[in-house]
Amino acid sequence: MQQSAPAKPASETAPAAPATLSAAPRFRAAHVAVPFLLFTLFAILPAFAQFGAEGYILSLVMRVMIFAIAAMSLDLILGYGAMVSFGHAAFIGIGAYGAGILMRHTVDDFFIQLGAALGASALFALATGALSLRTKGVYFIMITLAFGQMGFFFFVSLAAYGGDDGMTLRTTPQIFGQDWLAHRHFLYYLIFACMLGVYFLLRAIVRSRFGRVLRGAKENPVRMQAIGFSPYRFQLAAYVIAGTICGLAGFLLAHQTEFIAPAFMTWQRSGELIVMVVLGGMGTLHGAIIGAAAFLILEEMLSRITQDWKLIFGPFLVLVALFARGGIMGFLRRWGLK
Amino acid sequence: MKTIKVLAGATLALGMAAGAAKADEVRIGLMYTLSGPPAALGEQARDGFLLAVEKLGGQLGGLDANIFIIDDELQPDVAVTRARGLIERDDVHFVVGPIFSNVAQAIQRPIVESDRILISSNAGPSDLAGEQCHPNYFNTSYQNDQVHEVMGAVAEQRGYTRVFLMAPNYQAGRDSISGFKRHFTGEVVDEVYVPLGQLDFQGELARISAMQPDAVFTFMPGGMGINLVRQYSQAGLTDRVPFLSAFTVDETNLPAQQADALGMYSGTTWTPDMDTPGNAEFVAAFEEAYGRVPAMYAMQAYDTAMLLDAAIASLDGDLSDLEAVREALRNADFQSLRGEFSFNTNQHPIQNFVLAQVNQREDGLFQTEYVETIFENYGDVYAELCSME
Amino acid sequence: MYTTLIAVQTLNGLQLGIILFLIAAGLTLVFGVMDFINLAHGVQYMVGAYFAFTFTALTGSFTLGLLLALPAALIVGLILEVLVFRHLYDRDHLEQVLATFGIILFLNQGVKVVWGASPLYVPVPELLQGSIQIFEGFFYPIYRLAIIGAGLGVAALLYFLVSYTRAGMLVRAGATNARMVSALGIDIRRLFMVVFGFGAMLAGFAGAMVAPILSVEPGMGDNLLILAFVVIVIGGIGSIRGAFIAALLIGLVDTLGRGFATDILRLVMDPSAASQTGRAIAPMLIYILMALVLIFRPSGLFPVKR
Repeated sequence: MQQSAPAKPASETAPAAPATLSAAPRFRAAHVAVPFLLFTLFAILPAFAQFGAEGYILSLVMRVMIFAIAAMSLDLILGYGAMVSFGHAAFIGIGAYGAGILMRHTVDDFFIQLGAALGASALFALATGALSLRTKGVYFIMITLAFGQMGFFFFVSLAAYGGDDGMTLRTTPQIFGQDWLAHRHFLYYLIFACMLGVYFLLRAIVRSRFGRVLRGAKENPVRMQAIGFSPYRFQLAAYVIAGTICGLAGFLLAHQTEFIAPAFMTWQRSGELIVMVVLGGMGTLHGAIIGAAAFLILEEMLSRITQDWKLIFGPFLVLVALFARGGIMGFLRRWGLK
Repeated sequence: MKTIKVLAGATLALGMAAGAAKADEVRIGLMYTLSGPPAALGEQARDGFLLAVEKLGGQLGGLDANIFIIDDELQPDVAVTRARGLIERDDVHFVVGPIFSNVAQAIQRPIVESDRILISSNAGPSDLAGEQCHPNYFNTSYQNDQVHEVMGAVAEQRGYTRVFLMAPNYQAGRDSISGFKRHFTGEVVDEVYVPLGQLDFQGELARISAMQPDAVFTFMPGGMGINLVRQYSQAGLTDRVPFLSAFTVDETNLPAQQADALGMYSGTTWTPDMDTPGNAEFVAAFEEAYGRVPAMYAMQAYDTAMLLDAAIASLDGDLSDLEAVREALRNADFQSLRGEFSFNTNQHPIQNFVLAQVNQREDGLFQTEYVETIFENYGDVYAELCSME
Repeated sequence: MYTTLIAVQTLNGLQLGIILFLIAAGLTLVFGVMDFINLAHGVQYMVGAYFAFTFTALTGSFTLGLLLALPAALIVGLILEVLVFRHLYDRDHLEQVLATFGIILFLNQGVKVVWGASPLYVPVPELLQGSIQIFEGFFYPIYRLAIIGAGLGVAALLYFLVSYTRAGMLVRAGATNARMVSALGIDIRRLFMVVFGFGAMLAGFAGAMVAPILSVEPGMGDNLLILAFVVIVIGGIGSIRGAFIAALLIGLVDTLGRGFATDILRLVMDPSAASQTGRAIAPMLIYILMALVLIFRPSGLFPVKR
């Protein structure tokens, strides 16, 4: 995305570009109604799930919410800050291992584990972000890939924690000494609360002055510099926030699957996160939730229909890219959901 | 908003059982890796199982068999969600699979703790054979270390004193090396770990060529094994340094290795030419139905179906009492294609292990062929760590 | 003995580098000229290998198989260009990622449906079978030397095409400023199509060349795609020369690193620690190299001037 390359500032070509101030009223309905509906749906789903295969539905939807958290965190830097990270799944792995390694050493307090997972993710984000942000555009994509791969190979080499095979978490962590996480409805609503919290936190961030600087740095870095903002600090802060939140997703994934493995942090996973965000619609946050849901649920449904489900899913992604500018959210917007 | 309703409907629809569960059927989830490069292994296992069910007239032990085939995509977290789907949506009695140890470790706990039975027809990680063993977990293949132990014993018997070891740099690779060393007392001239997915082995081959060991032992599954074997042969090493291996030259890889694999050795529990009851019929039927030579994965899945058939028959089709089902599995009287077969205290097999060598059949196809039996009635070393709670 | 081992490993590294270059050359051109992220480049390499299999089996000759695989790979590339890529040139990079990711899923599964999941066998051409002795006690397969030779030939041809032909001049100009080329009245769509088809053919050529030594299987291009991206980023996007040097660099660092990391660490650590660390670091080396290059030269080693 060099500035002078066959130029296509995102604001011109992609309707999914963040609503600028002037355009805000037009999009307000979508920005309120869609998330509201989504969250209501997630909130009441357990009540309906008991009529079907409850554990399976809850398990699938928990997965959706966890990846929605990861995808939203990616949307912050990718959709709002134009920092395309191709190593974002590394934070899922670090968050998961943060929980798993402590569990292995019988540290089973929920909050200590959470703190360790988030702290480790934040540190990794700070170190790699500080270096990665020296580059721009495609070079940024690739340097984040490099750090992601280093993380992957690091955990593969950790023989004590199962190496490539990963390890099973045999117990659940304690909250105030209680075994609440063993109840799946508690876990479900805990993940739901995390998703809600992350959504409103990120929404507050992108609407704050900080968020405006971030978008400004995406659209016109030169002007931002000229009016006295150094985008670097803001971008780094955003990168650390995104990494930490994605670490939360990894932490939740570890306890939801009761298993951790380097397979959580392959470059394919990072690619899938990007696809989720773009599929849903970049720069809208709730688009990331819809993208994660669409990706995981379609995958699950299609794979029930035929073993060659990728023959359907692949062209579907191509069609979305060709005809639904701005992903599913962009598509909805053009069909009258304003 | 329509989309969201559809989404909601779909979510629930996904969770609904495909049809009302019938009392006189047995529901089985087959979970194998059916996408990506290792799909060839999963397809062998799937086909082996389906062949057995077909032979039994679509029934197992007198019950109609309702089989759900699931791809684990070789991703542990995907596998866990799909395993829950098998249990809660399809209400399966048994889950059979997977191919890979990491998937086995991820799905074992959710399945056995839901009071369902998991029968691993291939993966045999040491944890699950030892400390994490469970009454609801059975294994019909082998414990991962054993096949490598065979090759260590072979090297020892043949009097090799200098051996070169090579494996991919991941857990199963490291286990294979330690398994080999359990029975080998000679000198290990070098121990090389290559990155998983490595394409090119010229560097390692140069080292082997320079060190001139008595033999090479390697564990190189899937595409890596194809590349290694072809390059080993192209480098002209086959005649100079004997090639001992596990999961490297087998019937899934041989169609791509062909003559390059001729004369190479493999440790296994079974070969297509073995003279055991029913084996020749099985091989012929498999080749007839699927147009390729069956591999160990197909044989193990076939055996698993036969095990289920015998166990369910001995219960007269009554699967309601879990303890009775486990007891029936432990004591099931079925004829394994491997010959002798019984369950150890950790519900892993006690069986023979053999040395096999690649040969070309008269019809031009390649297969592994029986050379000699190395271990008789051999159980794994982790059984003593297994307390069954 | 050690010096000869290093020499042989160097040869191996060169060969890996050459294969990487064949894939990366097309990728860097498409990227540089059209500013298009083509994740599907790796599956085009795979498709080339599958075509080589089919045509070799049909004709009974690898040479004929290879010659037929090239136009077949070209046709697949052009079909994809007309159906999909053409409509995405002026779009955001990420929508290109989405579409080409979809194509990866489709083609990886597609070859499985058509050719089966089992890996396939392509024999080494008769003329190039066997090994020759390079050093005392060291044998090197002739076919691999042939790959190195063919790769160097393609590199020379590319250098000539890009430096001395009109099309090459347009490509260079396009990599620097596509708008300007278009403003000068050049049919940019045709130029893009030619470059794209050529890139697809190069990837197909690489796939066909390695078919006799590597396993031909679904998904065989995925990991090489990532390596090819590493190469073009280190080399500087759009630079053929950069891609060539970076490909050799990556090939050498990866091969020599895997071969000797443990030995080198043994000089400063005790053997078991050295072996542990060596195993952990060896697969990371190329990524560490890429990160270092980008930290100190954020636009790669040979940035195309813009």
